[in-house]
Amino acid sequence: MAEFQPRILAFCCNWCSYAGADLCGVSRFQYPPNIRIIRVMCSGRVEPVFLLKAFKAGIDGVLVLGCHIGDCHYISGNNSAQAVMEKAFALCKALGIDEKRMKLDWVSASEGQRFAEMVTEFTEQVRKLGPIGFGKKTDGGCP
Amino acid sequence: MAEEDGTQGTDPNEVRIGVFICHCGKNIGGYVDVPRVVEYAKTLPHVVHAEGNLYTCSPDGLQSIKKAIADHRLNRVLVASCTPRTHAPLFQSTCEEAGVNKYFFEFVNLREHCSWVHMKDKEGATAKAKDLVRMGVYRAALLEPLADSETPVVPIALVLGGGIAGMTASLNLANQGFDVHLVEKEPELGGMLRHLDRVFPTDVTARSILDPMIKAIKSHPKVHMYLSTTPDDITGYIGNFQVKLKGQTITVGTIIVATGADVFKPLGMFGYGQYSNVLTQLEFDEQLLKGAAPPKRVVFIQCVGARTSDPKGKTYCSKTCCMASIKNAKALKTKDPDAEVCIIHRDINAPGTHYEKYYHDTKGLGVRFLRYTLEEPPEILGQDGKATAVRLKHETSQRTLEIPVDMIVLSTPLVANEDNHTLHKMLKVPLDKDGFYLEAHVKLRPLDFATEGIYVCGCAKFPNDIHESVTEAFGNASHAAIPMAHGKVKVEGAIAHVDPDICWGCGTCVEVCPYRAPSLVDQGTRKVSVINEALCKGCGVCVVNCPVNAITARHFTHDQLLKMIEGLVAGTCEVCDSKCDGGAP
Repeated sequence: MAEFQPRILAFCCNWCSYAGADLCGVSRFQYPPNIRIIRVMCSGRVEPVFLLKAFKAGIDGVLVLGCHIGDCHYISGNNSAQAVMEKAFALCKALGIDEKRMKLDWVSASEGQRFAEMVTEFTEQVRKLGPIGFGKKTDGGCP
Repeated sequence: MAEEDGTQGTDPNEVRIGVFICHCGKNIGGYVDVPRVVEYAKTLPHVVHAEGNLYTCSPDGLQSIKKAIADHRLNRVLVASCTPRTHAPLFQSTCEEAGVNKYFFEFVNLREHCSWVHMKDKEGATAKAKDLVRMGVYRAALLEPLADSETPVVPIALVLGGGIAGMTASLNLANQGFDVHLVEKEPELGGMLRHLDRVFPTDVTARSILDPMIKAIKSHPKVHMYLSTTPDDITGYIGNFQVKLKGQTITVGTIIVATGADVFKPLGMFGYGQYSNVLTQLEFDEQLLKGAAPPKRVVFIQCVGARTSDPKGKTYCSKTCCMASIKNAKALKTKDPDAEVCIIHRDINAPGTHYEKYYHDTKGLGVRFLRYTLEEPPEILGQDGKATAVRLKHETSQRTLEIPVDMIVLSTPLVANEDNHTLHKMLKVPLDKDGFYLEAHVKLRPLDFATEGIYVCGCAKFPNDIHESVTEAFGNASHAAIPMAHGKVKVEGAIAHVDPDICWGCGTCVEVCPYRAPSLVDQGTRKVSVINEALCKGCGVCVVNCPVNAITARHFTHDQLLKMIEGLVAGTCEVCDSKCDGGAP
């Protein structure tokens, strides 16, 4: 059977991590094509229910990426993200989801290479864990 | 409504999405099977038109969007091409020209986030492109039209800081006819330049730059000067800031932050504070300024407390100190060709034609440049409270040199002002990790803050030389003049909105908002939160923290974002490429 292709969702803030992903592209740093990015203005916009919904629907891993602490475009939006995600991750864990499937981290607009490395590392980490086991099967089990 | 174009549907509320997928020459087309993605897009809900373009952003591409809007009565437009961070405004204005509200536009990034990062996996990149387009289509269906509103702008500016940057900006704005309130915390104007003897690369005295400028400021009828003053409080928003100065409140439309920087004191480094003849560069400049007899044997040490991971120092290059040392070394050798002047450095930073020439001219005068490494810094030898020599392991020859000295000058970085930490909270603008002001975008908006109507120039942002500070000050004056000349400014529609029927008036949003945009107002028997549209930046932090979900982040609504997740998992199976809603029997 083919190697498991995890489905990974990332929330990137418009100003730092999305721009970091842009720079990563401009610099042609390669990473596995498993990640799908949703742009939000600030990492502080990510609601816990987005994670729950994604995991329940069968997304194998979720990344939430913002500006580095102290460098937030919205002054302190990432501090809010940190507080909210702490609770969201705890909730997901309580529901039996492996904590290695979720990650909050910071990528600046100048960290294109770091973005590629982080996404690659996270993808491989989730690949090892295998399918999340909720939602619709996408692991090649079709006819 | 009569159907003349043969398209189906008569419901004016029917969602009709047009999808435009850009090849970007080979940039996307070379790594993603664009025709396949176009065909796929046609199968998605609400999509009534899909096409590929060689370059969607070209005049032909934009014309094609307009034509399709008319031909297919599109009311949502999705472009899948590059990054919204550069191209969204172009496509949005194209939509508006064709009568489609700009918030009905959806952008999908197939280049930076797909084709350029999966260049060796066309199948994977194509599957991802299909997913991204589908997520965009799902969101597009839920987009809502928004109106940008307007707010008036008072044609008066506040300039914080009376150094070279602040004075340049003030004079420029005043000459354009705007009233300027210039606030300086010291008892006199001039900033850092007051402490300098001469300046590079012209070698003119700092005073000869400052004096005419100070005279012009003092005599200008449009400039209102406040010395020994710092603002007590700043509230409001672009067009209407309230600034408390010494008990009185003034109203200004724009604010320029030109508060400069401070000098790093290298206590405990290279004998500073231990030997009386070890000075910082600025202290040495002050001695020269006072006309003190120049010492015979001088060693300059560069990068003291700079470009180091040592927590006592700074990681960055302060940019101006190499040239400052070269300038003072040149001054010493010019006055006394027999002087023994040596610059000990880790790298010399003298960029551009003027500075490189200046560096070479100084070398030509006999100033010695010796290199040291971070691992083996020079040692200071001394006795009786005086430094007597510098011992240095020469990097190239690996020999240990002992250089006798009368004076050691330490080049230390400029550091952020301590009071940035008070002022940035008043202004509601961010600082970077070193405490300098953080601009809205490092490349595209280097002189603006994300908070509209506030601009930054000079060393407040990062160590600058005079040339750069003056250039930035002109930039700030020009940017600040735009809204003041218009007399009004557009306020983005993509902001937060409170539903007063749901709001409990708990005040959580008031606490979490970095911009103090929400406030509680009495509404009959209870309080509800109301968001000031001019203050809200649309970050959405209040939305997430609201305990009763009373707040909507317009254009990034709960439903729109959830729909994207739904769109992601509703994919076709990548194995057979058939539309099975991802359900895979």
